[in-house]
Amino acid sequence: MADAAQTMTLEAFADTIIPGEKRYPGDRAIAGVSTGGGAVAGGAIDILNTDAGGLAAALPDLAAALNGHAEAYAAEHGLTLDADVPPFVALESADRIALVSTLCGPGHPQKQIWVNLAVFSNMAWDTGAHMHTHEALAQGHPGLAATGFTTPDPDGLWRFPHYTYGRQLAQPHPDTTPSGSPA
Amino acid sequence: MSTSESTDVLVIGSGFGGAIAAYHLAAGGARVTVLERGPWLTADTFDHDFKLGSSSTRIFDFTVGDGMSVLGGNCVGGGSVVYFAAMPRAPKYVFDRHGSIGRRMWPSSISRASLDPWYDRIEEALPVYPQSWDDVPYAGGLFGAACNHAGRTANAVPTAVDSSKCTNCNWMMAGCKFDAKRSMLLNYLPGALAHGAEIRPLHEVQQISKTDDGNYRVSYNVLHDVDYRVILESGTIDAKVIVVAAGAGATPAILQRSEATLGTMPDAVGKYFSGNGERLNTAILNEDKVRDLLGLERENGVAYQANQIGKGPCVATWDNLDGSLPEYERYSLEQLYFPPGLGTILVQVPGMEGPSWFGAAKKELVKEWQNWLTIFTMIEDDNEGVFGPPPTTGNSWRVSQQMFGLGTLKYDPHPTTIAAWDRTDAAVRDIMERDGLSRVMPWTNDLIGAYTVHPLSSCRIGDDPATSALDDTHELRGHPGIFVTDGASVPSALTVNPAMTIAALAERAVPSIVKAAQARGVDVKYGAPSPGGETAGRAGVRNLSIVRD
Repeated sequence: MADAAQTMTLEAFADTIIPGEKRYPGDRAIAGVSTGGGAVAGGAIDILNTDAGGLAAALPDLAAALNGHAEAYAAEHGLTLDADVPPFVALESADRIALVSTLCGPGHPQKQIWVNLAVFSNMAWDTGAHMHTHEALAQGHPGLAATGFTTPDPDGLWRFPHYTYGRQLAQPHPDTTPSGSPA
Repeated sequence: MSTSESTDVLVIGSGFGGAIAAYHLAAGGARVTVLERGPWLTADTFDHDFKLGSSSTRIFDFTVGDGMSVLGGNCVGGGSVVYFAAMPRAPKYVFDRHGSIGRRMWPSSISRASLDPWYDRIEEALPVYPQSWDDVPYAGGLFGAACNHAGRTANAVPTAVDSSKCTNCNWMMAGCKFDAKRSMLLNYLPGALAHGAEIRPLHEVQQISKTDDGNYRVSYNVLHDVDYRVILESGTIDAKVIVVAAGAGATPAILQRSEATLGTMPDAVGKYFSGNGERLNTAILNEDKVRDLLGLERENGVAYQANQIGKGPCVATWDNLDGSLPEYERYSLEQLYFPPGLGTILVQVPGMEGPSWFGAAKKELVKEWQNWLTIFTMIEDDNEGVFGPPPTTGNSWRVSQQMFGLGTLKYDPHPTTIAAWDRTDAAVRDIMERDGLSRVMPWTNDLIGAYTVHPLSSCRIGDDPATSALDDTHELRGHPGIFVTDGASVPSALTVNPAMTIAALAERAVPSIVKAAQARGVDVKYGAPSPGGETAGRAGVRNLSIVRD
C-alpha cells in the first residue's frame, strides 16, 4: 500500500475515535462530523510512527487489515465503495463507527490490535504524547486545550497553591481509628 | 558467563515487598542484592510530561490481559513510586473472608489485631499521615459533600503524603517531583543501601534454579534503558535465600518459568488473582448544582472545575465496610484522579445508547474534563484470575518500548463480582446523581476487560496447601528458602487500598525470612529500627573503615 493510502486509512481510523473537522475541501480521511481538531490534528499519525509506541513497523499491515475489514463490511451490508480512496476511508462515518465498534468489541479475535490503535488515537488527542506537554500546550494542542489542562509554572512543573475548600464537608464514619483507618 | 556471582539474600523487585525485606536483612548483617527490572529514577528525574519516554511511561506498566488489565510500577521503588499513597488499614472482617473456597482464606495466625503492630511500624516508617479537611483537594471535598448530601459519612483517608511539600499537581503516577509522596525511595531503600545492600536497576529476572550445594541461582537479563524489549546481556547470581517481590502481575511468571528447574510449584501459583474488586465511574458535575446543593465555591468564584488539581484519592465513604453485611456486599467508594490518556479512554458518555467510549459525543464530554470527578470502587471479588503459561521473558509480550504489553492473565468475573460492581454503580449514582448533581457512567469493560491498579493474591499465603502457594510465613510451599512478600501474597481483595496491608505483611514476614537465612548459614540478626531520618546519618558514614563490610 502506498504511504499516502496507508496514512489516509489510519487517519480515518483515528478520526473515528476522536473526530475533527476537515483540514481542506475534499479531505476524505476526516469524516467532518465535528468542529475543531480531533485525534488526527492531535498527532495520531505522529504517535503511531514513534519508535516508543512500538507500532510503526506494523502500520502497513494494520492499514491493510483495516481496509480488508472495510471491504468485508461493505460486502456484508451491500455497499459499493468509492475506489478512489482506500476502502475504510470510503466508508461513511456511521459505517466507520459500526466497524470500529465491532473490531474493538468483546469477542473479536483481533480485538487487542484495534484497541491498541484506538488507545494511541485517543492518547494523541488528549495528551499529545508525541510531544513534550509544555510544548504541546504552548502550541495550542487541540485536545489538551479542550480538556482545559492548565499551563505549568515557568519551570515546567504544575503547582496549585489554591486546592481546597478548606472545611469539613462530611462526618467521618463512627468506627474510625485515631490514625484515620476503618476499625 | 561461566561463573556466577553470589550473595546471601537475593531480592527480586524493589517495591514495598522487596524494599522492606532488603532493608531489614541488610541492617541485620546479610549481604543483600536487589534486582529490579525497571529504571532507577528520583525526584530529579521524574517528569511532568505525557510524552512517551518520560517518567510516566518509563516507570509504569500497563499489561493487558484477557478480561483484566493490570497497572503497576516498573522502577526502583516499584508500586510505591507510582501509587496514590492512600494508606488505610484493612477492616476486621476482611481477614475472616472465605471467598468460594469453603474456609477462611487468610492464615489463622493473621487477624486485624495481630497485624496492627505491623501496620504501626509502616505508619511510623513511611510515615503515614492522617489528613485534615484542610489537606483535602477540591475533588475530595466535593465527593465528601456529595456523600453528606446523600446521608452518608465520608472520611479523609490517611495518606503517605507530606502535605507541607505537596503542590497538589496530580502527577503522582509519574513519580513525585517534590518528594512529598513517601515512597520506598525515601526510607527503606536508602536504609538498605546504607547497610550495604546493592540495587541493580534494569535487571529482569528470568528464572530461579538450584545449585549443587542446595542454594539457589537466579538468572537475569539486563534491559535497555529506553527500549525494554531489548536484552543487552544476561547473568546469574547465587543466593542462600530468595525473596520474590516482583508484584502480583509478575511474580507468578517468574515462578512458573522456574518450575522446569526448581520442580513442581504449588498449585496456587498464578491462580486466585484478585483485582481488589476495582472499578471506576466518572461523574460529570453540574456547576450550578455543586454551588446550590452543596454550597461549594472556590477562591476564583467557580464551584468546581478542579479535576486536574489534587493528590489522587483523598476522601472515601466507608459506610459499607460493615462486617455484619454478607460477604460480597461490603465495599468502599473513594474519590480518585486519573490523568488524560489512560484516564479518558474508557469513560463513556452518560445517557447514550451503544458504544460511547469514542466518537463525537465522547469528544464533547472530554471538553468538560475539568468538571469530571472519578469514583473508585473496591468490592470483594472472588479471586477469579488465572495466569496462563508465562511469556518468554518478563510478565508480558511488550508492544511498546515502555508501558504497554500483552500479558497472560485471564479473569472471568463470577456473578458475585458482577453483582457487587452493579451494587456499587448504583451507590455511586445514588450519591452523585442525587438532585441532578452530576451525570454518571461506569468505565467500559468492553475494551480491556476489568482493570486494576492493585493486583493481588496470585501467590498467596494461607493455611490450606490446595489454595495457597505460601504458608503463613510467606515461604513458598515445597521450596524452602524462597519467600514471596509482595501483593501476590495478600490472600484476598481488601475493600480498601492495599499498599498499607502489603507493606505490613512484608514487615511481618521478615522475622521468618531472617530465621530461614540463619538456618541456611547466613550471619544475620533481626531487630533493626524503623528506617527513618537516621538513614541520612548512616549513609554519611557508610564508607568509613570502621563500618561493617
